[in-house]
Formats: sequence, C-alpha cells, structure tokens
Amino acid sequence: MGKRLDIRKTYKLYIDGKFPRTESGRYYKWTDPKGGQVLNICRGSRKDFRDAVVAARRAFAPWEGRTAYNRGQIIYRIAEMLEGRRDQFEVELTLQGATRKEARREVENTIDRLIYYAGWADKYQQVFSSVNPVAMPYFDFTVHEATGVVAVIAPETSSLWGLVSLLAPVVVGGNTCVVLASNSHPLCAITFAEVLQTSDLSPGVVNMITGMRSELLEHFASHMDVNAIVYCGENADEIKMVGEKSSLNVKRVVTLTDSGWNRKTAQGPYHILKTQEIKTTWHPVGI
Amino acid sequence: MKAGEPRIDFDTDWTYSPAPESKDHIGLKDRYDLFINGEFQPPKNGRYFDTINPATEQKLSEVPETTQADVDAAVLAAREAYEAGWSRMAPSTRGKYIYRIARLLQERAREFAVIESMDGGKPIRESRDVDIPLAAAHFFYYAGWADKLEYAFPGRRVRPMGVAGQIIPWNFPILMAAWKIAPALATGNTVVLKSAETTPLTAMKLAEIIQEADLPPGVVNIITGGARTGQMIVNHPDVDKIAFTGSTEVGKYIQRTLAGTGKACTLELGGKAANIVFEDSAIDQAVEGIVNGIFFNQGHVCCAGSRLYVQEGVAHEIIQKLKDRIATLIVGDPLDKNTDIGAINSKPQLEKIQTYVKIGVDEGGTLYQPRCDLPEKGYWHPPTLFTNVSQSHRIVQEEIFGPVLPIQTFRTADEAIEKANNTPYGLSGGVWTDKGSKIFKITKEIRAGVIWANTFNKFDPSSPFGGYKESGMGREGGVPGLLPYVVLV
Repeated sequence: MGKRLDIRKTYKLYIDGKFPRTESGRYYKWTDPKGGQVLNICRGSRKDFRDAVVAARRAFAPWEGRTAYNRGQIIYRIAEMLEGRRDQFEVELTLQGATRKEARREVENTIDRLIYYAGWADKYQQVFSSVNPVAMPYFDFTVHEATGVVAVIAPETSSLWGLVSLLAPVVVGGNTCVVLASNSHPLCAITFAEVLQTSDLSPGVVNMITGMRSELLEHFASHMDVNAIVYCGENADEIKMVGEKSSLNVKRVVTLTDSGWNRKTAQGPYHILKTQEIKTTWHPVGI
Repeated sequence: MKAGEPRIDFDTDWTYSPAPESKDHIGLKDRYDLFINGEFQPPKNGRYFDTINPATEQKLSEVPETTQADVDAAVLAAREAYEAGWSRMAPSTRGKYIYRIARLLQERAREFAVIESMDGGKPIRESRDVDIPLAAAHFFYYAGWADKLEYAFPGRRVRPMGVAGQIIPWNFPILMAAWKIAPALATGNTVVLKSAETTPLTAMKLAEIIQEADLPPGVVNIITGGARTGQMIVNHPDVDKIAFTGSTEVGKYIQRTLAGTGKACTLELGGKAANIVFEDSAIDQAVEGIVNGIFFNQGHVCCAGSRLYVQEGVAHEIIQKLKDRIATLIVGDPLDKNTDIGAINSKPQLEKIQTYVKIGVDEGGTLYQPRCDLPEKGYWHPPTLFTNVSQSHRIVQEEIFGPVLPIQTFRTADEAIEKANNTPYGLSGGVWTDKGSKIFKITKEIRAGVIWANTFNKFDPSSPFGGYKESGMGREGGVPGLLPYVVLV
C-alpha cells in the first residue's frame, strides 16, 4: 500500500436544506492561490436563486414564528457546530490564502460573533420596542418584526468572518435569506452551510449560492419577492445597480464595506434593526 | 339584523342648518413668495401658479413656480445655516426654537384650520380637531428630543446628516410639514421643504411662523411647485437626505434616482389597507370604524381602510348598516362644521376616482351610492361602496385615494389574513373583534406598519408610522422617527 490518496470534496449549492448541484450544470474553476489545487465550483444560475427564494419564503413564517429564545438557541448551536469543525475551516482559509495564524483568529472571531448575536435574539425587542404615551385613551405599542426574505451579497475577501457578520443579524431577527457567496473565496461558504445544516436550523432559512457575482447580482437585487438586500462591497457601479433594481419593489438596501470586521461598530443590535420592520398596534382603552 | 326585519327609517324632515366657520379672521395674501434664507423672495423667473379652493373652484392665492436657481439658493441657504451653527448649537437651544414653532402654531390654530380646509377641501371638523393640533403636537414632541438624543440610541452617539430635502403630499399639508420638519430640526439638520402643488398655503403660513419664531435664517426653507421642483430637490448634489411622502410610483423613482449617490432616504408611500371585521365584533362600532377608515379626509389617506373584509355571518347586517350609515353622511361645504365629507382635492384627483368607479362597474362590481345632493361648483364625490368584487379586481388591488370602498367576505381568520396580505402594499390594517387573543393573532399576522384594532386612523407623535413592502421604508413619529435623520457614530 502506498501513500493514501485523499478524497476531494465536491462543493455544491445549499438550497432548502439540501446540497444540490446547480440546475444549469455549469461550473467555474477555482485555483488555490498557493498550492495550485484546482476545484470545480458550482456556477449557480438565476433559476437556482429563484428556487432558493421560494424556499426562503416558505421558511419565513415558521422561522419568524419561533420564539426568540429558540432562535437564540439555534444561533448558539451554529457556534457550537463551528467550534467542533475549527480545523476544517482553518484549512480552507489557508487554502484561500490566509496564514495559519490568521485563519485560526478568523474562525475564533466568527464563533464569538455568532455567540454575540445569539444573545441578542431575545433582547433587541426589549431594548427597542416601546409603549407609546399617546394623547388619547388608547393602548399603543411598537415592536420590531423581521422584514422577510433578505438577499445577502457576501464580502468578497472575508469569506467566513465577514459572511457570518452579515448573516447572523439577518437570521437572528427572524428573516430568512439567500446568500451569494464570494466569487474568489467560495470554500468557507459551502462548508459553513454544512454547519448550518447540522445546527437545527430549518431548511430554507439560509440558502447559499456560489457563482459569478457579475452575473447574479442584478437578479438578487431585482427579485420581486425579496424584501431587503444586504450588499457588501465597494464597487460603485454595483452599488448603483443594486439601488436601482431594488427600487422595483422598494427593497431595503443595506451597504457595508468589506473591511473593519474587528471594529467595535462591526457588531451590534443596530445591524439587526437594518432588516427589521417596525409595527405599531393601537387599541382603545375602556370598560 | 336578518333579511326581512324592519329597518330603521332614516328619512326625516329635519335638516341641519348651515354652520359655516367664519373666514374673516384669516390672513391670506394674494401672492406668496419663496421662503429662502429667512426671507420671502420672488422666484427667479417671476412665474406663479394659482392655488384654488376645490369646493368653489375660486382662486385663493398664487405661489411661485420654483426654478432650478431657486432650489440652488434654498439648498445653499440650508447648507450655510447647517455649517454656520444649527448643527453645533446647544441642543437645548435648538429645542427651544422648535417649542416656539409649536406654540405659535397653537396660537394661530383657527387661522390654520380655516386655510387648510379652504385650500385642500377637507372638512373644518377634521382640520380643526386633527390636522392642526397634531401638527403642533409633533413640534412639541420632537422639541423635547433635541437635548435627549443620547437616550434615543443606546450604546451609540449620533450626528446630523446635513441638509434634508423634504417633499410632502397634498392630503395633510401642515401635518406632513410638521412630521418632516420637527424631527429634522431636533436632530440638527437643516431643511428644504417643498409643499404640494395643490395645497401650498399652510406651508407658506408655517414659513411666517418660522420667521416669527426667529429661527436662524436658512434653517428651514420652504418652496412651492410640482413634480419638476421635487425632481430638482431629489437630484441636487448638496442634499444629504431625502424624505418623501406620496405615491409608490414616485417613491420608486426617488429610490432609483438616489441609487449610488450615498444619500439616505425615507419613503412613506401608498397603501391599500385591509379592514377585517369578525362576527364577534361590536357591530355598530365596527360600522363607525369602517366609515372613519375610508371616508376620513374624503379617503385621501394613504393608510385608509380601503379594502373591507367582513366575516360571512355578519356580512349582510354590516353591509346594510353601512349603507344606512353612509346615507346620513353630509357631503358639502368643507367650512361647515356639520360636514362629514368635503371636496375632492383637485379636478385630476376627482377624475382618477371616477375612472376607478367606472372600472369597478365594468369589471362586474356592484356599485352602491346613497342619494346625495352634491354642490354644483367644485369637485365632489359621493361615498361609494362596491360589493361582488374579488381579490383580482383593480379597485381591490390599486390605491384609489378617494371615498370608494370595495367589500369582500371571508369565513376563517386564516382566509382573512391571507387576503389581507395579498397586496404589494403594507402600510396599515384594521381588525374588529371582541376577543383579545384574536386581536393579537391578527395584528401579528398582518404585514403592515400600523395596525388599528377596534379603531382606525389614529395618529400621535409618539407613535411610529410607516410601511412594510412597497408602502415605503423608514418610520415617522416616535424614537424610530429620529433615526432617518441621524448617522450613528
């Protein structure tokens, strides 16, 4: 027996709790910048995205309907699962160009960020909701609710920490989402989907599409059943296009830059609020 | 009430005597100028357009047709006022100025109410009891926030955005001006506000108040004009933020135009609110609520209860009571204190409503209008009900912005919710039931920003207002109403 031949991983999409290949049958070649290992990555299509939106829409009401406590538990469970697979992510991050030390820090930071948001699940409503002192005999209160299906355009370079920094506040707030993974750093996204799949998260809550940003971005922004889009990047043309397409159905647009993930303001409840609606309910007071 | 039971006879020899509010107290100039940098100044091209009383079709006054040069001057004045000190002024002093505006508006409440009714056509009862007091209340509410902003956003500090361009609709002119200006000033922004084409007068009167209050020049600038003037504000490079209330169509244009510019925007757009009545509701109160929901302000209300869903068991009774009730509504002189439904705001709006009524009939809906003597002059539309309509009818799907109510029935709560949410809009909703747990179930499930349970069309400055989905983004009122005017640092 000679040296053991390693088993290579097939990277697929993650839609509705399953790992299909793209319906289009297309792929793109991804090359590890150091070792030259070549992988075939699914080149997701518009149809894949639309299927994912259908799954996300179906998953929305049940996910939003869970108790905040339960959503917090599941986010915490994601962190647990990630903790158990630290080595795998470190390897992938180094494959994508990070040093071993950078990779370790990134995985640890990602886990900590998930834990941070897990704790917000049952708290942000308390901090930001209100009972309004209206000048009439009415009981009137204001609460936050998830906005619905959110398209998430992942950071191009921070493929794990940045991705989770975008994803966690969207999901902890009761939204479901479809993520467009990084074009150039796609490995962590799919492996993170495997973590999600084993974390009690219902199918469809998070869906992950790999592919060409240049091809798919406009479909993420123009889909009429997507309520918000979280875009990470600095490309002025893309930002303009996302804003224009989003106006078709008055999508909420959140724009972030792919840097500063360690800043104090990179996490916080205000990131949750960006994909929340505010509902005010009135009722007369009397006998 | 079952079929065949004797109905209440509403026919009577008694009629209401006229009870018109006097007009002799108001100060209305023949011509108004632009309010820029603390002064009234004529437009650069010298052109004016008439603003008319929709109840009489008579000219009330004229206001400037604002040109690009005027918009530039207004934005420049706002920028200079922002840099020169408004943004750095002691917050408590900023608050005091806003308190002054609130007080002056209260002092001149009657004048404002009469002008609001004359310019817009709304009943004096509503302008006197709703529009003006609420507008003053908004200034009071946000005045008090000016020096307390560190409590509004836990864990963060805030800074103002800069110059806010604000565009308001014609249905609640002074109230919308207050909604826009008060939070902007409280957070340290300066303002260029454009009033609506058909109802500019109370905004010009507000400019007088701002002058009286000795607000530093340029902090608030008020200009007049139509869609083109609005475009000039939206496209102006030195405006940092746009706040718009109006149609979804224009809101989409604004969002598209601002894409990639880095400018923030809040949009309060159209709606098609479902008003859901269960058979265990207090029927007579529900009927009053339905009437208030759709006929308040002639139905010129973005959050109007413009789709009625009645549970099958009480549909016959409610529709009958509704027909009886609207037969008693008084349509006529907006300045008469007995008037329930005033004049339609403008001729184009009346034509739009008439077109939709025709579409409703053509698509097979059953029309009901009470006998109604409408004045000969002016723009009027009788209260209108439609039965025999379904979700796909255009009068059920599209915003009419008039006193027209399509009525459908439902059997189960789930069916009501599904029908209520079957719309691209999500501004408001209503539910009528005596069962508390049902109220919470329904109000939670309706995808809309404001839900009224066992009431309708209530507003308060401490209470956030705004829509889900295509009804807009951002909120006005309450703490969430501060957020669109600040940057968190």
